[in-house]
Amino acid sequence: MGPLVPYIISEEFSLVIALLLGIAFGFILEQAGFSSTKKLVGLFYGYDFTVLRVFFTAGITAMAGVLLLGHYGLLDLDIIYVNPTFLQSALLGGAIMGAGFIIGGFCPGTSVCAAAIGKLDAMTFIFGSILGVWVFTESFPLLENFYTANNMGNMRISDFLGMSNIQFGFILAAVAVMAFVATWFIESKVNNRTTSVPHPLGTKYLLAGGVLFVVLAVVAFLPGRDDIIKSRIAEAKRQQKCVFREMSADKLANEIVNNYYAINVIDVRTPEEFDKFHIPMAINMPFDRMMDRQWESILRQRMKTNIFYADSDTLVKMACLKANYIGKSDNFILHETAGEFQQMFFMADAPPPGSPKHLNEVYNFRSQAAAGMQSLVNSLKNIGAPVKKEVTKVRGGC
Amino acid sequence: MNQPKPYMNPYLAGFLLGMVLLATIYITGRGLGASGAFKSVVIATVESVAPQHAENTAYYKDFAEQNPDGPWKNWLVFEVIGVFIGAFFSGVLANRVGLKLEKGPRATTTIRIIGALVGGALFGFGSQLGRGCTSGSALSGMAVLSLGGILTMLAIFGAAYALAYFFRKLWLK
Repeated sequence: MGPLVPYIISEEFSLVIALLLGIAFGFILEQAGFSSTKKLVGLFYGYDFTVLRVFFTAGITAMAGVLLLGHYGLLDLDIIYVNPTFLQSALLGGAIMGAGFIIGGFCPGTSVCAAAIGKLDAMTFIFGSILGVWVFTESFPLLENFYTANNMGNMRISDFLGMSNIQFGFILAAVAVMAFVATWFIESKVNNRTTSVPHPLGTKYLLAGGVLFVVLAVVAFLPGRDDIIKSRIAEAKRQQKCVFREMSADKLANEIVNNYYAINVIDVRTPEEFDKFHIPMAINMPFDRMMDRQWESILRQRMKTNIFYADSDTLVKMACLKANYIGKSDNFILHETAGEFQQMFFMADAPPPGSPKHLNEVYNFRSQAAAGMQSLVNSLKNIGAPVKKEVTKVRGGC
Repeated sequence: MNQPKPYMNPYLAGFLLGMVLLATIYITGRGLGASGAFKSVVIATVESVAPQHAENTAYYKDFAEQNPDGPWKNWLVFEVIGVFIGAFFSGVLANRVGLKLEKGPRATTTIRIIGALVGGALFGFGSQLGRGCTSGSALSGMAVLSLGGILTMLAIFGAAYALAYFFRKLWLK
């Protein structure tokens, strides 16, 4: 599951990948004509809309790809870098960049491309940009308040507008297609060209646009990874196809006291219920959040046994099924519920005198186990027993 | 010398660029960029030319803290070096390499150079204020539907269109 850095590819090796991706980026920009300043500013005078075409096509392609990969669970959309939104600085910074674009005729990426093939104006532009960045870093104390004003966080435009990602994807794709058609006519008018697209190319454009909307429709209407897993779980549960391996409370208590390092006790209830009472050493992994990437290392490992528990038989079985879809760990479910476990170990009364011997033995075992678990929790407090794992967010930006 | 080859079809180029961007997001979880590398140049220069100043200024100190490996060991620096190599490669293949100054028909060389310098300075400054340039903020932001990225994109193109009329002598006949 992507992104591959830093889980699968190390930060160090990602620099090599940066170089390779950069080569592809630069090659395509140059091939598209972005090394020519006249072609770039043509956008603003209506004689050449290449920039808009390349830029919008690239943005839409990547967006559709991101949504598709996310839909099938290949890319975790929750942790990829979403540029943060600071309202004022985004707008003023953008406006200053726009002025720089029309005066200088380049933007940073394209100036590097143009400088690479020997354009002297581009080299000057790069020198100017470096000066501009330096002015910013030097005057940062003056700008700081403005720079950090109105922090809206890593917000997606779809959240801001209150729609789903895919709805906005459709809107953006439609806008792009309309822009392509409109700019074609504008360009024809400005350059006094006859307004007909050569026929075979026209068909290809239609096909390409069709593929885009099919991809978006797949994301919008076909079930994704989460939906598929959900429906499989519901089905398996309904048909009782699955045989669950159960563990009794006594056995679990014994495992915790003696083999805590070889097991993961997993509480799939909500954090509120978890806070009220949980089995000593348990990790809270709420059922709805089980697909989160941070749990992957637990649900995919083969070293430790996972023991799931909850308050109801249905929930714990669904959780166990879900875990089986995510990874191939050794998964068990606790026969008793959380409440029963609490009763048995922490709220049990001593059997009245004269009770049969085995009742006394059970009581002794359980109270010793409870004390053992409690002291284990106390002694392991500092090396992080119930770990609250944080998701590593990808850092990025310009 | 041979004639330069024609440019690639813009939609094809856009599609390929989009795939590169998608691969970048899939592999690294973040988008492409360019102006960040310029920032590394600035910081490295300040640190070597005026080390005392860099030590006493909050901005450079924060940068050094956040980037313990120094300004050069940075994803965007390597990416931009790649951009340079890739563009040069493409230019060689298409017969477009050679020292050249490109300007509008009415602009003199001096005006073009001043324009490039001033425009570059504005772009550099704006890219820091707006947290990214056309690649890092606008393009990559669009791919992940970032509100800030899309606003920055609208501001860049909006301002350029609004100002185009005043600078037409730089570019048009």
